Amino acid sequence: MAQPLVKKDDDHDDEADYSPFLGIEKGAVLQEVRVFNDPQLDPRRCSQVITKLLYLLNQGDSFSKNEATEVFFSVTKLFQSKDLGLRRMVYLIIKELSPSSDEVIIVTSSLMKDMNSKTDMYRANAIRVLCRITDGTLLTQIERYLKQAIVDKNPVVASAALVSGIHLLQTNPEIVKRWSNEVQEAVQSRAALVQFHALALLQQIRQNDRLAVSKLVTSLTKGTARSPLAQCLLIRYASQVIRESANTQTGDRPFYDFLESCLRHKAEMVVFEAARAITELTGVTNRELTPAITALQLFLSSSKPVLRFAAVRALNKVAMTHPMAVTNCNIDMESLISDQNRSIATLAITTLLKTGNESSVDRLMKQITNFMSDIADEFKIVVVEAIRSLCLKFPLKYRSLMNFLSNILREEGGFDYKKAIVDSIVILIRDIPEAKESGLLQLCEFIEDCEFTYLSTQILHFLGNEGPKTTDPSKYIRYIYNRVHLENATVRAAAVSTLAKFGAMVDALKPQIFVLLRRCVLDSDDEVRDRTTLYLNTLGGDGEVVETDKETKTLLFGALDIPLVNLETSLKNYEPSEEPFDIDSVSKEVKSQPLAEKKAPGKKPTGLGAPLAGPPSTVDAYERLLSSIPEFLDFGKLFKSSAPVELTEAETEYAVNVVKHIFDRHVVFQYNCTNTIPEQLLENVSVIVDLSEADDFAEVLSKPVRSLPYDTPGQTFVAFEKPEGITAVGKFSNTLRFIVKEVDPTTGEAEEDGVEDEYQLEDLEVVAADYMMKVGVSNFRNAWESMGDDFEHVDEYGLGPRENLAEAVSAVINLLGMQPCEGTEVVATNSRSHTCLLSGVFLGNVRVLVRLQFGIDGSRDVAMKLAVRSEDEAVSDTIHEIVSSG
Amino acid sequence: MESEALTVSFDLLVNKRSVEVINFAEIWFSYVWNDSCPVVKNILLLDSEGKRVAVKYYSDDWTTNNAKLAFEKSLFAKTLKSNARTEAEITMFDNNIVLYKFVQDLHFYVTGGEDENELILAAVLQGFFDSVSLLLRGNVDKREALENLDLIFLCLDEIIERGMILETDANVIAGKVAVNSMDPTAPLSEQTIGQALATAREHLTRTLFQ
Repeated sequence: MAQPLVKKDDDHDDEADYSPFLGIEKGAVLQEVRVFNDPQLDPRRCSQVITKLLYLLNQGDSFSKNEATEVFFSVTKLFQSKDLGLRRMVYLIIKELSPSSDEVIIVTSSLMKDMNSKTDMYRANAIRVLCRITDGTLLTQIERYLKQAIVDKNPVVASAALVSGIHLLQTNPEIVKRWSNEVQEAVQSRAALVQFHALALLQQIRQNDRLAVSKLVTSLTKGTARSPLAQCLLIRYASQVIRESANTQTGDRPFYDFLESCLRHKAEMVVFEAARAITELTGVTNRELTPAITALQLFLSSSKPVLRFAAVRALNKVAMTHPMAVTNCNIDMESLISDQNRSIATLAITTLLKTGNESSVDRLMKQITNFMSDIADEFKIVVVEAIRSLCLKFPLKYRSLMNFLSNILREEGGFDYKKAIVDSIVILIRDIPEAKESGLLQLCEFIEDCEFTYLSTQILHFLGNEGPKTTDPSKYIRYIYNRVHLENATVRAAAVSTLAKFGAMVDALKPQIFVLLRRCVLDSDDEVRDRTTLYLNTLGGDGEVVETDKETKTLLFGALDIPLVNLETSLKNYEPSEEPFDIDSVSKEVKSQPLAEKKAPGKKPTGLGAPLAGPPSTVDAYERLLSSIPEFLDFGKLFKSSAPVELTEAETEYAVNVVKHIFDRHVVFQYNCTNTIPEQLLENVSVIVDLSEADDFAEVLSKPVRSLPYDTPGQTFVAFEKPEGITAVGKFSNTLRFIVKEVDPTTGEAEEDGVEDEYQLEDLEVVAADYMMKVGVSNFRNAWESMGDDFEHVDEYGLGPRENLAEAVSAVINLLGMQPCEGTEVVATNSRSHTCLLSGVFLGNVRVLVRLQFGIDGSRDVAMKLAVRSEDEAVSDTIHEIVSSG
Repeated sequence: MESEALTVSFDLLVNKRSVEVINFAEIWFSYVWNDSCPVVKNILLLDSEGKRVAVKYYSDDWTTNNAKLAFEKSLFAKTLKSNARTEAEITMFDNNIVLYKFVQDLHFYVTGGEDENELILAAVLQGFFDSVSLLLRGNVDKREALENLDLIFLCLDEIIERGMILETDANVIAGKVAVNSMDPTAPLSEQTIGQALATAREHLTRTLFQ
């Protein structure tokens, strides 16, 4: 419809917000649909109504099933009109309504008629509509027409059929694959877009046939005349062939010449596609890269933002792997720093930061300083991160980079931005010792005027750990004590803790610290007062200057290695009594369940008031259960309970799983049995364990279940003794033994006599990981250093060929059963080396820290360096034994 | 005859009608594309307040109307201050590439995946923008667009078919949209309108060469 819906009326000019759809209502429009049923159709009126329907749908209104069905049937009446404009609108609304398969039948004949019409527009659109709403059965009926349409001389019709084919390939591949001869013919079409669509369909038909795709590309790369879009597709197919043949062929790359020739194509789209394809070739050489970089460099000075963006983004990616290749573009890049489009400017800067050499750092920083004031926070964060990695690359330049960071730290900015800067400074302080003192002072100055409580407390905590180790700790005290006067309670409490840390570490400062702390005793906030009193007492603030003992240091510096969830549960369970709450009784086991839930998409982080995730601590439940059995009382404290291991297949007569409880000198198997047969009652159920493959163990006790009625789980226990301090491993074969009694289903009463029976269960293994508890540490580096290298044991191992690094890493983690720290269990794809940090507590409550370094070589052989630190030399050695035997 | 048959099956189906409510507008076609084909995720035409004039989504990245509205709102806010009136502008947004161009009180957007060739998306935006200009005879503003909303919908329909690029040449697109009522078999009364439209089409072609 080229006619406007409402004649443009000058009267409306005054109304700024005039819209022909003002006040439109779904109900009213649905009433208007009646005009479709008029014997004398008014095409213009009908078109207007359809436009209104489309408008409603487009605004997000939805029709109920009934409404949609009714509209659909009214619309089908409109096929009687010969008006072309109206017919176009009919096609559109049918596609929008997506009729169900039983409704589709109604329009099929009309659409098939249109498909064979003389009018090209009818044919093209009818094909698109029909293919959109059709199912497999109808498709076989119209297949013949579609094949004809593909080779139709009208490009619109051919394109319609080809694009529909691309979509149908997903649902009815076997039918569409039969069209390849016609599609092949269409590839030779002189109409630009037909060739593009035919190429897309042909490649998808053959995508699983490497050889065919390779042949297709070979034959097509020789021709020339084709649309830029088709050429782009061809480039993608060619690089696909290159990728797939990369492993098998040596010498010159096939099709590289073709890609290179595309760099001289007249369409920018093609030049860019080719340049990008070259830069993404695996193992691309500098010689291959050069022409592509030159092509992209030309785009950098284009007047079109899109070209500049595309080029700088592609170059930014190249800079990650081949920084030297991009240095030629540095001058053009530098001019982009002032680009109006801030995305382009940011990409340019981060590229420069990657390619820059040591001598250009200072000049670069000067340029960036001007730029930082007028970009949004999100871009600034990107820049800050780039500067951080630059600084780690050129540690000698830390002075100017640190200066830059502290300057921007003082400027305006949101929380995320400031946090990125603070994080960067903290990382630099950790990794570049020379930067420590100036960095700490910068942070001190920042907290003098910091509006973010979180950042203030983080910095204070960090100051407390690092400050006392500097040459002149006293200069930080003023900044910290100022917090006690000027800030809110949270920051004040953090400041008090920091002061105490200085007091504990630096004996010379102790008297002054005591004076300062005593002033806080009367703080208005109870947390601040409590902390002050605690620290004054532990540090011996009653006048005497004493040597700070180890316990105090642990209190101040030790990480809380108890999962907060466990602590919360224990505190809730604690009933006020004479006996004080014992923090050592809180389980240190990290529950895997809440972690797994966190990964579930859409899961909101649980706030303070949110209910606890997962069931209440199962470890606590096991502990209570075991302590209720007198025979187990003298086994001592339960060290660890495993997750249940299934010993039967799903849906068998008897379902049995087992939990392994580890004690210092004992192991208890808890078999959870369920009888799934309603007609049976089991009595005297026990498990017979064969120890022939578990030499180190000796059975000491078996505790059967008296009676196991249908669908009521019962537990039977078997306890073993094992030598203390030895990680005894072994394989246990299990047989369930019981007396079966028939149950009368009507009365539910069991018969008097039973039959003795046995049921074979699967084997169970006790492995080294069973003696290890997953206990994370919040800061691995600190934990590692404070553990010291007294019992460090380092060795190297070859792990043989592996699929990839990730597989090797997870295999070792599972073998040791330890908690990965700081997200190091995740291996970046295709990386050739990886460091993984693990932490745990070994049997006997010995803390263990493990640093694993992995490397993989060309033939996929994985080598591993294992460094263990623990509180006990024997345990360090045991970890190595586990790995070497695992 | 044909209409009689239609009525019969209509009655049949009305009885079978299910009570289940399906939101038709929310049914989107999503396919597993291999990475070889350029794909457009959405095309948006918003007004100067970020409200919809006409939008079309081809990707299941946004499944509900609310998700779509949220995307439009934040995209609009992010791009509002940029100068996209002379040349098309570009930005990264939610791991997508968005190209946009503004004229008067209309904001044109085309979204593609983050690995898409930016220049292909630019060609789509250019095709959309130019064909709308042609169809609205140079009066590209919100009011004119709403008054000719049918043309805008048809135009979108001619540019993209379920994410796949159909055509990017504005002349061809506008020609296909404006070709209406040229059916030679149409009755005489309707043909006069057709002739009128033919004149309009000529006019379009002329604007093009200006």
